[in-house]
Amino acid sequence: MPKQILKMENISKAFPGVKALDNACLDLYEGEVHGLLGENGAGKSTLMNILGGIYKKDEGNIYVDGEKVELNGVLESQARGIAFIHQELELEPYMTVAENIFLGREKKNKMGMVSKSIMNEEAMQYLDIVGLNIDPSSDVCRLSTGQQQMVEIAKAFSLNAKIIVMDEPTSSLSEKETGILFETVRLLQRKNIGIIYISHKMSDIFELTGRITVMRDGAYIGTKITKETNTNELVHMMVGRELENYYVRTFNEIGEVALEVKNINAGKRVKNCSFSVRRGEVLGLYGLIGSGRSELMQAIMGLDPKDGGEIIINGERNDKLTPLQCQDKGLVLVPESRKTQGLILGNTVGFNITITVLDKIISKLRVNQKIEKDIVNKSISSFNIKTPFAEQCISNLSGGNQQKVVLAKWLATNPEVLILDEPTRGVDIGAKAEIYKIINELAGKGIAIIMISSELPEIINMCDNLVIMHEGNITGLLSKEEFVSASILNLAIGGGGV
Amino acid sequence: MIENNKILKKLESNIILGPVIRYFRTNMGILIGFLVLFIFMSFTADNFFTKTNFLNVMRTVSTNSYLAIGVMMAIMLGGIDLTGGALIAFSGCVTVVCMERLGMPIPAAVAVALSAGIAAGAANGVIIAYSGIHPFVVTLAMMSICRGFAYLIADGQPVSTMNKTFPEIGNGYLGFIPLPVLYMFIFLFLVYLLLNKTKIGRHIYAVGGNPTAAKFSGVNITRVKILVWTISGFLGAFAGVVLASRMSSGQPATAVGFETDAIAAAVLGGTSMYGGAGNVGGMFIGVLVIGIISNGLNLLHVNSYWQYVAKGVIILIAVYIDMYKKKKQNTGKE
Repeated sequence: MPKQILKMENISKAFPGVKALDNACLDLYEGEVHGLLGENGAGKSTLMNILGGIYKKDEGNIYVDGEKVELNGVLESQARGIAFIHQELELEPYMTVAENIFLGREKKNKMGMVSKSIMNEEAMQYLDIVGLNIDPSSDVCRLSTGQQQMVEIAKAFSLNAKIIVMDEPTSSLSEKETGILFETVRLLQRKNIGIIYISHKMSDIFELTGRITVMRDGAYIGTKITKETNTNELVHMMVGRELENYYVRTFNEIGEVALEVKNINAGKRVKNCSFSVRRGEVLGLYGLIGSGRSELMQAIMGLDPKDGGEIIINGERNDKLTPLQCQDKGLVLVPESRKTQGLILGNTVGFNITITVLDKIISKLRVNQKIEKDIVNKSISSFNIKTPFAEQCISNLSGGNQQKVVLAKWLATNPEVLILDEPTRGVDIGAKAEIYKIINELAGKGIAIIMISSELPEIINMCDNLVIMHEGNITGLLSKEEFVSASILNLAIGGGGV
Repeated sequence: MIENNKILKKLESNIILGPVIRYFRTNMGILIGFLVLFIFMSFTADNFFTKTNFLNVMRTVSTNSYLAIGVMMAIMLGGIDLTGGALIAFSGCVTVVCMERLGMPIPAAVAVALSAGIAAGAANGVIIAYSGIHPFVVTLAMMSICRGFAYLIADGQPVSTMNKTFPEIGNGYLGFIPLPVLYMFIFLFLVYLLLNKTKIGRHIYAVGGNPTAAKFSGVNITRVKILVWTISGFLGAFAGVVLASRMSSGQPATAVGFETDAIAAAVLGGTSMYGGAGNVGGMFIGVLVIGIISNGLNLLHVNSYWQYVAKGVIILIAVYIDMYKKKKQNTGKE
């Protein structure tokens, strides 16, 4: 029987106006990977922040190695062997790998000076353990996201971590990097380290974990042994209701070609790409991170420069369009990252929704508040955006609701061709289902939709046809009947069809 | 509390009351500061609470207000404009040199000076928009360039004019209102309209809040930046003309450090150093606060060097409050 290394029982925490945690529980054995599931706002982060010493619990007990502890501050938590691998990596980009690993605990030589050579040497050992073959004296900003994550894990090792918390570790990794991460997680497991693994990706959870704890609305819902449960049961626990039709898609008649692009080239990332999308069609665009998917779309939209190629919207050829002209012609891109590309976070929900349609609201030094209010309220109700009022600052909304504002903002322009770049990235399951419903409705209205995604289940269930990219080239065009996970993946890694 | 919020929401949708309530809400801090300062001065300085003094204060702050409008918009874009003081000297010298040495009529001389200011501002904007160099560096360089040209065209000496009409631009009155004060209110009103009643105004807030998101939303970022720094350049040059008129001379060494007051006023008035937030009404109160501090300390016979110290402390406090607000906003939710 493995040893229990962590037990959190009946943890409660209130913030002004919200009970963020209500008797939450979690326990962890050595060598265990324990999945922590819940929608955004379920209290996972609050619970983990209490474990990390960032927040102070109001009630409840925490036991590490059977000993009751109070974790006041990050250092105390660190000293107990608790380490975090954050979703957004927290390394210093312009410092070397070794400097990052020993940040705040710099190694000194006999003269009492910081010694790079000692640090590099020791860093090398930790990098070896996690199987990362890089030079410890290279700058962190030159590493890929996946490698940076490995550096974080190496750092956790160097801190003698017994418990490692991973928050959405695969959300920005390519398939290959994900594979490497999984290997590392198993390695940590063999070294008897306990891992708390937070993710929205069911496939990750089922592949890695031994047990799964589900939280909802700040409360503990239950813990299941992974082998004895299934997605439906977990989803039911997470949302508190059955999501019968998770992927909603009624396949309808596909109309004429709405957008056709030929031989688009842009820098090194996009080579000779051609495809077309029809009214009422959902065209998937699949590829690993770095395959040039987003770059292709941004080149088409005139957001990035391109080196030639034809763009035909509704039969009319127009190769050089600015983003605004695209919008006027009904071609709209909903970008990948809601925080950096989608929203003006310091401003209100209303401001964000209307920024794309100011022509309808403002003319001749007059702001038509009635039309403005109509557009905003219509968006809020038709996308089911949960906000107390339109003047609410958007940063106060949950991730899923922010994503719905991003959709609402570009749909307010009444597009005919809609490009969705990772529309469900980082949103919880409830919001995902709502977004699928919206996509289905839009396709039903005859809008041509291009959906970029790295989630195969989403592609397979939602799309009529599929374009697959690899290293800037289109390597496959598949129709619905040809959707087979293995062959899609194969094309995406450049291996040709099966 | 929730009931109160509902009533407030209802009032806010009122066409006339709405903006007033929102104004008081966004500018609560600076308004309280202003009131405290005002009451304090009224009781301690004998000549403070008089019509003459009020008009005097208004006339004095008008120069700063022209600069502060430009600086505020630059800060709202997440940038800054340091050109103000040097531009005042430059455009003042251009005006008087054009009149005295080139024999131009006043309107032509003023037009040349304003065009020069617009050109300097546009150059700032173009360089910032296309090169990606930080506005701090670009406008710092432009400040030095303008100051240099001010000395060059004036041969390093103040150039004075005996023209009888020219002083009217800065010293004249409309009724009992000094003309510079009138200009101030006109500019404040125009910029209020620009920021609140035009597309470009919303674009300024959008670019300041998140330039990448603005670009994806179809906003022409380049155009917004060029426009803002051009307006700022125009206002700096205008301030120079008014000041030259009041002194009947173009002085290459004048207005050193005026941009500091403009930055202080903008920041005090709630313009966020992070970009994306700011309003004309708040900025104007900021201008008044800076003006009253100078005026009040003068009336109280405090050594005028203390004014610099006081302003410095105030800038620090105001920026700290801005940061604190931002932090609170960010940690509002998980």
